[in-house]
Amino acid sequence: MLVALLFGVLVLAILVVLVIQASQAFGHFGLGFLVGTEWNPLRLEYGALPFIIGTLITTAVALALAVPIGLGVASFLAFFAPAWARGTLSVLVESLAAIPSVVFGLWGLLAVAPWVRTVLEPQLQQVTHGFFLFSGPVLGIGVLLAGLILAAMVLPTIAAVSRDVLMAVPKEQREAALALGATRWQAARRVVIPGARVGILGAVTLGIGRAMGETIAVTMLIGNSLSIPNSLFQPGNTIASVIANQFTEATEKYHLSALIALAVVLLVVTALVNGGARILVARLGAGQPSLVTR
Amino acid sequence: MTAAGVTHRAEIHAAAASSLRGRQVSGAVATTLCALSMVGALATLIAVIAYTVFRGIGAWSIGFFTHLPTPAGIVGGGISNALVGSLIIDGLAILMAVPFGIAAGLFLAEQDGRFAQTVRFTADVLAGVPSIVLGLFAYAILVVTLGHFSAFAGSVALAVLMLPIVMRTTEGAVRSVPRDIWESGLALGLQRSRVSLRIILPSALPGMATGILLAISRAAGETAPLLFTAIGSQYFAVSPAQPMSALPLVVYLDGIQAYPDIQQIAWGTALALIVIVLGVNLGGRLFVRRMRRTSA
Repeated sequence: MLVALLFGVLVLAILVVLVIQASQAFGHFGLGFLVGTEWNPLRLEYGALPFIIGTLITTAVALALAVPIGLGVASFLAFFAPAWARGTLSVLVESLAAIPSVVFGLWGLLAVAPWVRTVLEPQLQQVTHGFFLFSGPVLGIGVLLAGLILAAMVLPTIAAVSRDVLMAVPKEQREAALALGATRWQAARRVVIPGARVGILGAVTLGIGRAMGETIAVTMLIGNSLSIPNSLFQPGNTIASVIANQFTEATEKYHLSALIALAVVLLVVTALVNGGARILVARLGAGQPSLVTR
Repeated sequence: MTAAGVTHRAEIHAAAASSLRGRQVSGAVATTLCALSMVGALATLIAVIAYTVFRGIGAWSIGFFTHLPTPAGIVGGGISNALVGSLIIDGLAILMAVPFGIAAGLFLAEQDGRFAQTVRFTADVLAGVPSIVLGLFAYAILVVTLGHFSAFAGSVALAVLMLPIVMRTTEGAVRSVPRDIWESGLALGLQRSRVSLRIILPSALPGMATGILLAISRAAGETAPLLFTAIGSQYFAVSPAQPMSALPLVVYLDGIQAYPDIQQIAWGTALALIVIVLGVNLGGRLFVRRMRRTSA
């Protein structure tokens, strides 16, 4: 009882301490903090919109790749994998979640970025004929690269939680469908997946929370620009990455407070997203979420 | 049987056959797509690990693990201070998070009231809070108030990160012990506390150990909570009150340098980090599997 109360105090303390530190910025800039497009410590202007947009774009790129692949992996593990391989494959997929984000950052920066610059970006440019998302100078580092690596990082979360959710649908339902002459895929698509829809949404939402809060890999890959990117090839910043980049250089009091205010925004948004995801996953009765630790 | 009846039956058979063919084709397409996804996920895992081994193994030598860092251009630099730093920072975090997390997990396992529900939900939400936010929290309560960066502040941030994982896995492990065992203990006239300590806890131990190992493997690889707390150091520091280096910080700070020899150090450190983190992580999973098998 006492420890649980202490835990509650700790969580409240996190919120209160950060809000107090951020209050200077919130008080001084008000709502303009969230919609201002100019972040310029030299001119004492702190508008967070470029980073909010940067967070949304990188998350969207990551999800566009990780959701279909993650659901494919989950379906493979739940429906198609031979029983003897299922355990090993699951552990391997979850190992992807165990690789430290800074290692993904290093790999993305020194191994993937050159490939993105010389192969992926020029080809995308050629194929899409100047479509605005794929235009501009090819740098390698930027929003696209950050989104790509983020996709690899949220993939195991989406795959493992979706697999648990799919496995939680009563076996009898699937067997009944198979007995009626459905193929394995029909049983999956018509019976199991509709029954697990809410939980899959929860798994995707967990992935969103993870993508939005990921810090160090994105910081190494996104190129750290303070303006709103208007193409996926351009550098940008997410809320988390701008904190990581500027915090140690922030000497002026509004600058420090504005960065902590960004952390509060991130905290509130990810708490809402994660809370929502937990409710969705729990509602399906998948029970204890998978041991994927992020 | 009339001629019309025969053609009717033939039509049904034809329709059934073509329907089966169609369903088999779509099934095969779906299976292929799912298998391709699986291959993609595995290829990513292999690519990250293989490339890190390829670039990092060359950095490894005895000196790499026993020397202090050197400036760019001077050969023979090592990561001894980061190894010791990670040990100290992670060790302190474990000391703070594990007892507290186990106690809170035991509480959750025995309670189902509204208060326990709230704590459980809060723990799940806390587990999803970005680690950089926890780093800022530790910065605000320890670095600002004390006026200097310290390894201890980093430990606090990592402890908060580990706490919900330890809590929830402890709870799950205790709950997975069948209710009957608990009741037969009581039926034999044992006290509640004795049943908890002597019967439930030993059976829950493997699950709890896995949770703790997973929490450690997660904390050991985290960089963001250390950026504004332990902050990194070129020197050999053992006092938690001082700035300290750690393996993830070396990968980050050296990885973004332009000098190839410094990048080489980053790769070597990244390899060490992968070995440690995956080792602890997989070790925890194997451990629980073996324990379950021998106790079953």
